[in-house]
Amino acid sequence: MTSLQHVKLGTYYVVNLPRPDDFAFWRERARSLVQCDVPPDRVAWVESGGSGDLFAGGDTRLPVPPADARPIRASKRFLSLAKNAALHSDPERFTLLYRLVWRLQRNPRMMEDRADADVRRIEELDKNVRRDSHKMHAFVRFRQVKEEDGSEHYVAWFEPDHHIVRANAGFFKRRFANMRWSILTPRGTLHWDGATMREGPPAQKSDAPQGDPAEDLWRTYYASIFNPARLKVGAMLSEMPKKYWKNLPEASLIPELIAGAQSREATMVDAGSRELEDRPETLEAIDRAIHACRQCPIGELDNQAVMGEGPQAAALMIVGEQPGDQEDKAGRPFVGPAGQLLDRHLEKAGIERRGAYVTNTVKHFKFAQRGKRRLHQSPTAKEIDTCRWWIESERALVKPKIVLALGASAARGMLGKTVSISKVRGEPIALEDGSELWVTAHPSYLLRLDGEAAEKQAKLFDADLAAVKERLGELS
Amino acid sequence: MSDQTILQKLEILADAAKYDASCASSGTAKKNSLGGKGIGSTEGMGICHAYAPDGRCISLLKVLLTNHCIFDCHYCINRKSSNVRRARFTPQEIADLTLSFYKRNYIEGLFLSSGIIKSSNHTMELLVEAARILREEHDFRGYIHLKTIPEADPELIHQAGLYADRLSINVELPTDAGLTRLAPDKDARQIEGAMGGTKMAITQAKDEKKRFRHAPRFAPAGQSTQMIVGADAATDADIVGKASRLYDNFRLRRVYYSAFSPIPDASAVLPLKRPPLIREHRLYQSDWLMRFYGYQPGEIMQATEKDGNLPLDIDPKLAWALKFRDSFPVDVNRASKEQLLRVPGLGTTAVRRILTARRHRTLRLDDVAKLTVSLAKVRPFIVTCDWRPTLLTDRADLRRLLAPRQEQLELFAA
Repeated sequence: MTSLQHVKLGTYYVVNLPRPDDFAFWRERARSLVQCDVPPDRVAWVESGGSGDLFAGGDTRLPVPPADARPIRASKRFLSLAKNAALHSDPERFTLLYRLVWRLQRNPRMMEDRADADVRRIEELDKNVRRDSHKMHAFVRFRQVKEEDGSEHYVAWFEPDHHIVRANAGFFKRRFANMRWSILTPRGTLHWDGATMREGPPAQKSDAPQGDPAEDLWRTYYASIFNPARLKVGAMLSEMPKKYWKNLPEASLIPELIAGAQSREATMVDAGSRELEDRPETLEAIDRAIHACRQCPIGELDNQAVMGEGPQAAALMIVGEQPGDQEDKAGRPFVGPAGQLLDRHLEKAGIERRGAYVTNTVKHFKFAQRGKRRLHQSPTAKEIDTCRWWIESERALVKPKIVLALGASAARGMLGKTVSISKVRGEPIALEDGSELWVTAHPSYLLRLDGEAAEKQAKLFDADLAAVKERLGELS
Repeated sequence: MSDQTILQKLEILADAAKYDASCASSGTAKKNSLGGKGIGSTEGMGICHAYAPDGRCISLLKVLLTNHCIFDCHYCINRKSSNVRRARFTPQEIADLTLSFYKRNYIEGLFLSSGIIKSSNHTMELLVEAARILREEHDFRGYIHLKTIPEADPELIHQAGLYADRLSINVELPTDAGLTRLAPDKDARQIEGAMGGTKMAITQAKDEKKRFRHAPRFAPAGQSTQMIVGADAATDADIVGKASRLYDNFRLRRVYYSAFSPIPDASAVLPLKRPPLIREHRLYQSDWLMRFYGYQPGEIMQATEKDGNLPLDIDPKLAWALKFRDSFPVDVNRASKEQLLRVPGLGTTAVRRILTARRHRTLRLDDVAKLTVSLAKVRPFIVTCDWRPTLLTDRADLRRLLAPRQEQLELFAA
């Protein structure tokens, strides 16, 4: 080999690296050494401040390759890995890189052999460095400092594992181009003023500002966006290991969020969905269950539950709003004034009440006590929705062909949304189970009207009942 | 309401947004703030700036403009009839908050959604206004994801796409019947119509970009959607079928699955136990199999059990392999890429490594061990020059051997 004449046999060489992340410097030296055919075990790569004494006997004057030396081959894959691996804090990294580039001259496709130990090691270093850079992009937290001239300066403290600070200056420059910022780390600092980038010596945590008013907002956001029903601490820790916590303003909340999660979820469930088992299988079971039902505040009042009545095989189900004063006392639906009015109109339309299943969408009487009188109060949408469980259970057992809903509350109990009676009356609405819903006014509404309005509404009511009667005939 | 501080509003409106699964900020056009007036950059890969104890990535300021809503969807905490604290941000407050967080490197950008106030158009106008302030007044070049309201005027949705990186419209539930029952104010046809419109606008903008360098960008990160799992009776087979139709019809970037989680003040129509979180995980795994492993939706459905759901104790790829044992074992030294991708325990990276490594040597079991994560999982399904699983693939108890230990599963599903 031509280069042998340039190498002093039996000696080894020491390369002192000026900076721990200087890949270009290593590359230059490595090229010469390979061209001079210096084997890997004859070169020591020493970082500044490293254990140089060990290699005191080494020659720091490197051999000069001959003019006709072969060019050095290194695959693209090697270069892209090596650039990152050079930033790793492993003191052996440059030795590994040199060994690889040396071996690459003999086997140019060696990098493809993922089962080779050196190849696996450089991939590991590359991966660690990429991860560290990624975490720097993610976990740098700027704090705002007001300068004397009133301008804003954003300063962050970060502790990287590897020599990645300089390599990531570009990322922060591109992202915060028109902002004045500094990133302080124990491995060096970066300062950007909106036009130029300046590098500085290593810093200490105490050089960085201690707090920022926006951190309260951020902590509030962090605590609020967390869903206690989905606690997965392991998943969090694998992506945000504890070593980063000390410099993340939000991390101080984590222990209490985890501790509180289970009780918070339990509260959510208790306050929210009811632990309902299977649907009741008989009307009797529903009757028993509604008497015990305290799912909404109406059940807590001094009243009793009123079950629907009528044949279970009825083709028509008539649904009112809720029991009234007299219904509550009698324990039967539609026996008060509104019930009597309903009976008269049903008779007029030719619908036999005894052939229909008559019930209410809300099972308990909601009232406000005024002296001795109990004044009717409309159920809220939430109370109607809570009670839907029961009316749906009744419907599943009776399986009517037609459901006649009297009034807006009953319509909501069937549809789950509030509709306008005037818009939906007179036309069937298809329900999920194949039955038809007809909506009309509640008879108590008719009771409250006088004169012309009463007459007009009574006519509309009759017309709706007549339509239902006709449809029943078609369906049976 | 005006008495509420920004902090109180943020508490309410971030809490209200936490049920949305998506927080992705990847895959949009590259941009940075060099040469501009403001801040912000997107460089392909999104960044997770924090992780909540629920294991989910926090990449964006994910917040509602308001949680007032005229709709009454039963699974939703913000529905009209729900008894929750309400709050409302102005578009300016949203923009200020986004910039304040962005400057401190807390976030990649904004994910803005809203309850419907007054009308769909009015609400959409407010969402667009927040994005406009960020983009035009502050030259913000970070990531913006806007939830679009399917009932809003197409012109408003178009404007949203010009400001946003990504648009999304939630299909909410996998079946039309479920939607009718649980979201009575929503209409499946309208939702799909809006998705179709967005797809066309995205395609058109891409086409124009090829011809004219300065053509405006329209939602460069595409559109996505979210489905709630476990709130209705839809099986995994239904869900996978629906997802694949959505991918095909609307070229969605992602379909997100959100396991229905108990919400305070829940509606009585939802007398449901929460589905195990692992079910959501299995659906995501099947999503990956379709997107990166060449599985057809029909094949995922073949992996489901009699009830139409994917097994919870093993992943869908293993479930498929156990059902189609005659496709195995696969010879790692000869098999095609497609065959290797079907081997349980071999990911896309491992397959790529095997394909390059076998050009250099005939792979032995030891070599495969170095290239994969878990040899134990792979071994029953492969052949190497020194290994052949003679009896293993025929063993009746193979599933039990490969499934993770039971107590582990319960811990995970809890």
